[in-house]
Amino acid sequence: MDMILSSLPSLASGAWLTVQLVALSLALGLLLSVGVALARLSGSVLLRAPAVAFIFLFRSTPLLVQIFLIFYGAGQFAAVRDSFLWPVLREPYWCAIIALTLNNAAYTGEILRGGIQSVPFGQIEAARALGMHRLLLFRRIVLPQAFRQILPAYGNEMIQMVQATSLASTITLMELTGAARAIASRSFQPVEMFVIAGLFYLAMNFAIAQAVRWGEKRLAHAG
Amino acid sequence: MLDLLSYGATGWGDELLQGAGMTLLVAVLAYLIGLGAGCLTAAAKLSGPLPLRWLAATYTTVVRGVPALLVIWLLFYGGSGLVGWMAGLFGYGGRVELSAFAVGVASVGLVSGAYAAEVIRGAVQAVPKGQLEAARALGMHRLLILRRILAPQALRYALPGLGNVWQMTLKDTTLVSVVSLAELMRQAYVASGSTRQPFLFYLVAALVYLVITTLSETGFRALSRRADRGVRRATA
Repeated sequence: MDMILSSLPSLASGAWLTVQLVALSLALGLLLSVGVALARLSGSVLLRAPAVAFIFLFRSTPLLVQIFLIFYGAGQFAAVRDSFLWPVLREPYWCAIIALTLNNAAYTGEILRGGIQSVPFGQIEAARALGMHRLLLFRRIVLPQAFRQILPAYGNEMIQMVQATSLASTITLMELTGAARAIASRSFQPVEMFVIAGLFYLAMNFAIAQAVRWGEKRLAHAG
Repeated sequence: MLDLLSYGATGWGDELLQGAGMTLLVAVLAYLIGLGAGCLTAAAKLSGPLPLRWLAATYTTVVRGVPALLVIWLLFYGGSGLVGWMAGLFGYGGRVELSAFAVGVASVGLVSGAYAAEVIRGAVQAVPKGQLEAARALGMHRLLILRRILAPQALRYALPGLGNVWQMTLKDTTLVSVVSLAELMRQAYVASGSTRQPFLFYLVAALVYLVITTLSETGFRALSRRADRGVRRATA
């Protein structure tokens, strides 16, 4: 019992790091995914082809390979080590954020594409007929409805992201899984540590699921 | 640079190939375990007695809610204790050590099963109830109903989801490298450590995974087409 109590502070700081990784990479990933989805739907091949390739590459390879390529792989090149990017790419924290953000943007971009395509074309025609500018049309008509459409799928993606952050422990970050593992390897109660860490994860997922349900209800009223 | 990937004592080609073989072995075994566990769990959820149903719900909720990496560490540190305790129930008193391979297959299989269970449950529920009632009214035996009516149709509904579970299972095997099992990621890690060419080896690993996921997607699509034969499609 003492062991469990004394390990709580480092588990809690691990949980805090997990929350940071989740929040930052979800926010950046969502921003990037709007660009990815738009490029993917663009009429121009120059925009569409890179988006298709990006989505394909990041969804067909394991996240762990992506993390290792960015963290270990990038540092192999002197050009990278001498560039302004090095202060960022040498930090495991930012490498994890970059990998998680890119991975998330690929999955969310594909979800968002479906959402954007689900907006009835008549509405876009109507907005155009009213003389709406392309950006305004996108911001007021397409995006809000696309988000409402994808909310359940996006909720699942958020929960997947919470779990994906555990891979940051493979590049020395002491997030929740890493912290639990570190304590487990030097205590005689390894199982308890993982159970406590698991409860943290379940609590985070529960919070996300509740938030998504609340969001669905709220957005349903707007329609 | 290419001689680093050659086959033989100087190159890492053979090690990487062995790693890829190990990756496929772990993935296939874990997937089969997952399919078995998924079928049993779905059955328990759909028609089991209350305690079993509760157990199945806990399994799928918890395992789908925590990272696969956490499950691997849990089995790595706690698995041998659990197996030793179970062996004790059968009168075996010795120490039990689980290999990295056993830990990897069991934990990835456990995760795979939780996701497969939800796919299979949904697929079984998608089969129209009237057909099962009709089969029963015709005096069909339960097993015959399962074989002739339920399973073929549920399989068709389940295939896309099971394809996704396979892709996830394959990607989850990379995590087993943390317990030093010599699968593809681990071999790439060792190779990049001793050659100082991490970019090259992780890129090769990524390409191998890309080829496997793309090929298996084609395979699952072919299976789906076969399962869809004889189904009428609305044409626009």
